[in-house]
Amino acid sequence: MTPATRDEWMTVAAARMLWDRCVCFVGIGLPSAACNLARLTHAPDIVLIYESGTIGTRPDVLPLSIGDGELAETAAFVVPLPEVFAHYLQGGRVDVGFLGAAQVDRFANLNSTVIGPYESPVTRLPGAGGAPEIAAHAGRTFVMLKSSKRSFVDQLDFRTSAGYGSGAGTNRGARGGGPRAVITDFGILTPHPVTHELHLSALFADATVDEARAAVGWPLAVTDTVEQVPPPTDHELHTLRALHARTRQAHAKSVVLPIPRD
Amino acid sequence: MPFLSLHDAIEAHVADGASVALEGFTHLIPFAAGHELVRQGRRDLHLIRMTPDLVYDQLIGMGCARRLTFSWGGNPGVGSLHRLRDAVEHQWPRPLELDEHSHAGMAAAFCAGAARLPFGTLRGYIDNDLEHANPRVRRVDCPFTGERLAAVPALNPDVTILHAQRADRAGNVALHGIVGAQREAAMAARRLIVTVEEVVDALPPAMNAIVLPHWIITAVVLCPGGAYPSYAHGFYARDNAFYQRWDAIARDRATFADWMQRHVLDTPDHAAFLASIEKRAA
Repeated sequence: MTPATRDEWMTVAAARMLWDRCVCFVGIGLPSAACNLARLTHAPDIVLIYESGTIGTRPDVLPLSIGDGELAETAAFVVPLPEVFAHYLQGGRVDVGFLGAAQVDRFANLNSTVIGPYESPVTRLPGAGGAPEIAAHAGRTFVMLKSSKRSFVDQLDFRTSAGYGSGAGTNRGARGGGPRAVITDFGILTPHPVTHELHLSALFADATVDEARAAVGWPLAVTDTVEQVPPPTDHELHTLRALHARTRQAHAKSVVLPIPRD
Repeated sequence: MPFLSLHDAIEAHVADGASVALEGFTHLIPFAAGHELVRQGRRDLHLIRMTPDLVYDQLIGMGCARRLTFSWGGNPGVGSLHRLRDAVEHQWPRPLELDEHSHAGMAAAFCAGAARLPFGTLRGYIDNDLEHANPRVRRVDCPFTGERLAAVPALNPDVTILHAQRADRAGNVALHGIVGAQREAAMAARRLIVTVEEVVDALPPAMNAIVLPHWIITAVVLCPGGAYPSYAHGFYARDNAFYQRWDAIARDRATFADWMQRHVLDTPDHAAFLASIEKRAA
């Protein structure tokens, strides 16, 4: 088997943070891969909720969109979207929320709205979606984001979703537990228990503290002992690669409408 | 509740300047109706949708919209909506006002609209910049506990347009699968147009399924394939390959304009549109 790529390290590390029977609000992309990898390995009874209203879904291939038919067909049940946000998320019935973003700052606040000023953006990003309220109400959140000086920034261009605000002393004003980890392509950052500032706490096998510091746009603090993340096992890698292979095949399939000639 | 052709329903019920919600969360997106708005050259529309998706990328790129109420504006799993970005970043083909929300906020606004209440409340927009960017996000104190909550004004579109699996001959409509905020967008509207895959003598038993009764519907339109390239559960799947191809079509202004000319403006109706992209023999 070829060695794990950084994307695969990220996905495996994120999957391991989930536990069996936890109720997890899933976003598209790396989080969706991580949550389904967890379900196909150590957490078979994890409850995956996609914001399209599909609850307890067990897709055979990863959805391209948050509302692919695959998610509804393999769901325990499907509810209207307002219920997902009001009854499940705001109601405190979600253990884990997974979030992506374009930018993160040292207190794990996230931007997925604009680069540049809001009124005249350099880059208009997709926007908030479910993220601000997932960040506010999930029992805990995990953030997945590839690192660069443009993504790990000292100052966000726009705060879409609150993490720990300005750090220690900030009243989060939210009932959820807040960010517990940022999983990136060199390793894992976790908030300091007192200051809430993100510290480097774990590295992937071929990454270094210097690489991490070079990739982050603020002076990155490091925990007393930086752990080595155990490498992906053959079983994890095989399961993840098979999932991606099935997904590529399914998404390339041509759709023909079952409509007869006039 | 008359059955109309798509052309006649749009001509009669959607005026220039109207606020229009084409809802459907990834599933059952009323693409055929969006294309008909383009064919009839509607202008100055206030478009409302949680996820603008390709359908609003097309309307915005064709210059039909002056304002957009939305909560997530990307091509799901693919990337940007390039026409939406071009309108916001470069005011092309015309400036676009944004009324931007989170999903939870917009869902609350539709629920309030459906109940004919003036605003929706939620524990939302907490400690972020959305409420500064959008003056329509405000705060209200709970009269019982004093808790400070977010308030968003109700959404009551002039016209909501949905796509659904089927209608019966009396004009009752049933839809199932991922239902998003369609029911709330339907009940919030002043007028409601529904395109359907088929018309049947009797709807299947539907305890707890979503039924829109004939007396809230302004017009029903028989329009097979009307959600393509989105999907209609039980009829056809989402064309994920098309959603991926759209990225290259919409990235460039000329490529986009050419695609819209060939497949939408130069086709008389949805059947011809499907034939033009070889999804159906005309």
